[in-house]
Amino acid sequence: MPSLGSDMEAGTLLEWRIAPGDAVSRGDVVAVVDTFKGAIDVEIFETGVVEEILVPVGEKVPVGTPLARLRVEGEPAAAPVAAAPAAPVPAAAAVAPPAAVPAPGGRLRASPAARQRAAAAGIDLATLRGSGPQGALTLADVERAIAVRPAARAMAPAERLAGMRQAIAAAMLRSKREIPHYYLGTTLDMARALAWLEEENARRPVTGRLLAGVLLLKAVALALRQAPELNGHWLDGGFRPGSGIHVGTAIALRGGGLVAPALHAADAATPDQLMAELRQLVQRARAGSLRSSELADATITVTSLGEQGVDTVYGIIHPPQVALVGFGRIAERPWVVDGRVVARPLLQATLSADHRASDGHRGARFLALVESLLQEPETL
Amino acid sequence: MSDTPIRDTVLRALGEAVPDADVGHLDPDRRLRDQLDYFDSIDFLNFVEGLHKAFNLDIPERDYPQLATLAGCIDYLQTRLAAR
Repeated sequence: MPSLGSDMEAGTLLEWRIAPGDAVSRGDVVAVVDTFKGAIDVEIFETGVVEEILVPVGEKVPVGTPLARLRVEGEPAAAPVAAAPAAPVPAAAAVAPPAAVPAPGGRLRASPAARQRAAAAGIDLATLRGSGPQGALTLADVERAIAVRPAARAMAPAERLAGMRQAIAAAMLRSKREIPHYYLGTTLDMARALAWLEEENARRPVTGRLLAGVLLLKAVALALRQAPELNGHWLDGGFRPGSGIHVGTAIALRGGGLVAPALHAADAATPDQLMAELRQLVQRARAGSLRSSELADATITVTSLGEQGVDTVYGIIHPPQVALVGFGRIAERPWVVDGRVVARPLLQATLSADHRASDGHRGARFLALVESLLQEPETL
Repeated sequence: MSDTPIRDTVLRALGEAVPDADVGHLDPDRRLRDQLDYFDSIDFLNFVEGLHKAFNLDIPERDYPQLATLAGCIDYLQTRLAAR
C-alpha cells in the first residue's frame, strides 16, 4: 500500500487491474485504492511480471503492506518486490515476505480457470471448499465466493471528509510541532505579467486561454532551479533534494478538505502545458480520481487563496516537504514607480520554509527570483 | 432569443462547471462567485467555455466582467446574439 502523502495511514483495495502472469511496466496503473483523497490509481514503480496478488479486493491495509509480488525483469526467481512502494517515505517501503508457497498437505486442487479467476479477484483458494471431483475447486466455486463476499465499497462522502479532516489535522500538527518555520513576504508588481497575459489571451480562442495562476506556478518552478534547498523532503533527520521540481498545487475540494497533487517537472513545462495539466488535475481532484504519483511526488506546495479575497497567505508546510509558497489576490493599489505614485496590480507572495533545510537569505533570494521572472512573462 | 432559453442555457453551463452547485436559487443580481462556494477561476473558465459552445459565440476575455452575475450573463448574451 503506497503512502500517498505523509497524512495517509491506510487504504482499501477497490480494484485490481492486473492478474498473476501479467507483464507490467513502470508507471502502469495496477490497482485502484480508496483513500479519503478519493479512489486513487496506483502506479507500479518496477517493470516485471506479476507473480501473486497479496491483498484481496475489499481489504483495508496499512501503508507499507505489500499488495502484490512481482518478478522483476532479468531476475530468475521471485523477487520480494511489491507494487508501488511509498515514494518519499522509505520507512513505509512495501517489501513482501518470502512466499509461503507449499501449502500443508500438498497442492491445492483447482482448475486453471478457477485459479486465474481467483487470482484476478484477489481470492485465496485455500479459504474455499471445492465442489469438483475429489474436492477440486471449480470456476463456479470461485464465482460463488466472489458473489457472496462483501463488495469493495468506496467511502461515503461524510466518511471521506471526516477521514480527510483527521489526516489534515495530523499532518498540520506534525508540521507545527516539528518544523521550525520561517516566513518571508514580498509584494509583486503584476502589471507586466497581466499585460502580457491580456494580449496573449486576446489572440486565443475561449478554449485556449491562460490564467495568471499558471504564470505564478511557472515562475516558482523556474526559481526553484536556483534554490534547490527549498525543493525536496526532510527525512530521517536530513534534507533530500527532490528528484525533480514537482509543484504540489493546493486544490480546495467542494464540500470541504483539500488535496495538493503534483504538477510533475513543472519547470520544464510551457505555460500552455501547465494550464492543461492544472485544469485536468483540478477536475480529477474534485472527481476523486488522482494517480498515486501525483499524491506522493510533490516536492513543494503552492497555495493561492487570492480568489477568496485574502491579500496574504501565511502557510503551514506540508511535511515532509520543506517549503510552501502562498499567493494572495491581485488587486490595484498605489505603488511608487520612478518617484511617482501610480495604480498597479499588486500581489503578496509569501514563503514559509523549514529553517532546518534553508536559511532566510536563500529564501529571500528565491522570492526575489520569482519577482524578476514575472517581470519577463514572455520567457516563462 | 427571449431570455428564458438563454437563462436555461446559462444555468446549464453553470451547473456543468460547478457540479454540486444549487443553481436553481441564484439571486440574478449578486455576483456568482459570492453565491457559489468553490467557484474559482478554473470553474469560471469552464463556464465561459460552456457558453461559448452552447451559443457558438467567441467571448473575449475583456468581456468577462460582464458575466459576473446571472442577470449580467443574460443581458450580455442577448446583446451579442441580437447583434449577429
